[in-house]
Amino acid sequence: MALKGLDIFKLSPKKNCKECGCPTCMAFSMKVAQGAMDISACPHFSPDALATLSAATAPPMKTLKVGTGDAELTLGGETVLERHEKTFVSKTRYAVAVCNCMDEAAIDARLAAVPNVDYERIGERMYVEMIYVNYSAEGKTDYVETVKKAAALGRTLVLGCTDVDTAKAALEVCKDSKPVLNGADASNYEAMNTLAKEAGVVLGVRGADLNELHTTVEKLEALGNKDLILDVGCASVKEAFANAVQIRRSAIKDGDRTFGYPSLVNAAALAKGDIHMQAALASLFTLKYGSIVVMEEMSYAQALPLYGLRQNVFTDPQKPMKVEPGIYPINGGDENSICLTTVDFALTYFVVSGELERSGVPCNLIISDAGGLSVLTSWAAGKFSASTIAKYFAEADIEGKIKCRKLVLPGKVAVLKGELEAKLPGWEIIVGPNEAVQLVKFLKDM
Amino acid sequence: MPFNAKSGKFNANINTVELGCGDKKIAIGGENVLPFYTFDAPVENAPKVGVEITDGILENEPECVKKYYEGCESIADMAKKAASLEGVDFLCFRLEGGDPNGADKSTEELIGMVKEVAEAVDLPLVIAGCKNAEKDAELLAKAAEVLDGKNAVLLAAKEENYKTVGAAAGLAYKQIVGAESAVDINLAKQLNVLLSQLGVSSTNVVMNVGTAAAGYGFEYVVSTMQRVKAAALSQNDNMLQMPIITPVASEVWGVKEAVASEADMPEWGDAEQRGIDMEVETAAAVLASGSNAVILKHPVSIATISKLVKELV
Ligand code: B12
Ligand code: SF4
Repeated sequence: MALKGLDIFKLSPKKNCKECGCPTCMAFSMKVAQGAMDISACPHFSPDALATLSAATAPPMKTLKVGTGDAELTLGGETVLERHEKTFVSKTRYAVAVCNCMDEAAIDARLAAVPNVDYERIGERMYVEMIYVNYSAEGKTDYVETVKKAAALGRTLVLGCTDVDTAKAALEVCKDSKPVLNGADASNYEAMNTLAKEAGVVLGVRGADLNELHTTVEKLEALGNKDLILDVGCASVKEAFANAVQIRRSAIKDGDRTFGYPSLVNAAALAKGDIHMQAALASLFTLKYGSIVVMEEMSYAQALPLYGLRQNVFTDPQKPMKVEPGIYPINGGDENSICLTTVDFALTYFVVSGELERSGVPCNLIISDAGGLSVLTSWAAGKFSASTIAKYFAEADIEGKIKCRKLVLPGKVAVLKGELEAKLPGWEIIVGPNEAVQLVKFLKDM
Repeated sequence: MPFNAKSGKFNANINTVELGCGDKKIAIGGENVLPFYTFDAPVENAPKVGVEITDGILENEPECVKKYYEGCESIADMAKKAASLEGVDFLCFRLEGGDPNGADKSTEELIGMVKEVAEAVDLPLVIAGCKNAEKDAELLAKAAEVLDGKNAVLLAAKEENYKTVGAAAGLAYKQIVGAESAVDINLAKQLNVLLSQLGVSSTNVVMNVGTAAAGYGFEYVVSTMQRVKAAALSQNDNMLQMPIITPVASEVWGVKEAVASEADMPEWGDAEQRGIDMEVETAAAVLASGSNAVILKHPVSIATISKLVKELV
């Protein structure tokens, strides 16, 4: 939360000694409030005042690191409630759940499927980043063995276990990979806190309701633990949503630091066996404040829209995702290969080039400056027209670099055909399909 | 210390708009909180789920949807079947074939089908155009006329044709005008202002503020909806208090994730499951961002989203 100059002044030494370079403590306080100077420029602030100030200026939500090496993940650290206000900083992480209540074959099958989803989308690797290992007292399978198997996948683990002894045994085998121990509640928080601290891992906290959760977090903080994750519970979808929103809102908007921690949503438990409902919940909680979302599985069907959604929502609204204009040869395209044109929006480039590669047909994708906008958006904005394309062809000397005179237009801007023929004499302008996915067939049939 | 919950209830409301007539009448909007924030105040009307069919009857349906309509030969059969699906609150009939650059069906033919649909079902109706502004002006104005008394939504009036669509739907036949703009809060507001200057009552307007499939520029959709709701509720901007209706199906059933066959993308697995999850996840995301109604196609998506809404409200 931003402090006002006057609040800082109240805590200042009020000596007006000018050592900080400001004429008065008041002037100095104003500069600090604006962010123009750092508090350390004054040697006279009392330690108490500094502690109060640093508490007041600390970020509203804790940033945590879990996992190690390649599997290390950052959670939390958000400063806004909606992405257009600034930027969300730590994307939602998805976990697949196994439980010792499942039989061994089922556990093995589920773990074996985890690496299946692993692909790249506009420069980002999309895969299941975490494994949630749930403990049930009526388990059929050995919990620690299950943890070991899960750990072998090299993803960051979350141990969902409220039994202290079992948690201890599980941590023995995986603590070095910095899992999350999601197991503290009102009854066991002291013992769980000791375990988590000894193992040096982040502790997940749950409560019967928000009051109990709040109280337990305060007690853990009093024990000196601020490496916490808040489990929004699985009593019902409605309650989990209410908790996720209220926790985040009270931290960011109302400055309640006790709730200023990343959250965990267990969609697997909220919609057991209903994979489509879990997909819906994963989407809902990606928008509304799930730092970790747990699912029973992650199929391509669930992953493709979900990771796309996450990629969209966690981009920086201030910077457009663009690619450089130019000739992009694909499948060994050369000066004699057919040309296609599109815009410089990174998403469009990614989708179109992917399909062109899949077609196996050697070609050249020619990208002009369209302001980093999609085909129809840039067309509607006047940034992708017969004139802009022709102008780019002249500037980049396309005709000097390429001998082929066939150019495929995106189907969505079929209207440009006539004008482009007039502006690019000698070129055969071909209207392509509307969607890139149809390009493979289109090119093969040509 | 227990948690000190602060209410996020606003002093302004989204307009309540009723759709349809008779027993099956529904209402959308009315809330004074952000989407699904029932802990701040009760949500007046739960968001509603619609099913979309088109004049192509089965022809334009995704492969995996066809089997649900097996045996349907006419648009009336199809409408009845659609209306019987679990979780459906309203029916959207999209006049896709009207597009002059597509099938270019005549207004008479399509309006004939609109009548058949209206006779076949008693659910609230949304009539969606073919996206060509000029043809839509004609189609939607005529549809407003033949649906007199049905309290139907005409989707949509755009900047280019709002006068014709607005005058027929909003003034002459007192239907609901769907106001469509391109993912921009200012454009959404401007169109509402224009409609109100035309004399259309703001309680007869619902907005389509634009949408996309999840992963396809969807961040702008989220932000536009969130900003619209913020302006409507926290600044009491009555030119943005219209409920939002979002046609999800027409966006998602075109993207690769939903349509590529398993033969083309073996590692992606079953195409039907992909289509369903693309539709479900996009719908959940637009609802979470502020939509008061969504229009979907696949029966499993409809049942899932309807259940999600019931669990949340
Ligand atoms: C996100 C978005 C925006 C964002 C821009 C984001 C961006 N970087 O482009 C913002 C909010 C800024 C925006 C603004 C505007 N937008 Co806009 N926007 C969209 C939206 C929702 C998604 C666009 C998107 O990201 N698509 C995904 C990309 C991958 O699609 P694509 O580039 O078309 O590529 C596909 C195909 O074209 C094909 N393809 C691409 N290249 C090639 C090449 C070849 C050879 C082939 C064969 C195929 C092919 O493959 C891709 C996948 O299939 C669409 C609606 C929608 N659902 O599509 C409206 C939409 C494109 N916008 C529209 C409009 C009107 C505008 C504005 C002009 C509004 C205004 N008056 O201010 C402004 C213009 C911007 C400006 N002045 O700077 C309209 C266009 C209407 C029309 N038919 O002309 C749309 C369709 C919305 C609508 N229904 O009204 N928009
Ligand atoms: S150095 Fe400190 S005490 Fe001296 S004027 Fe600056 S703020 Fe005041």
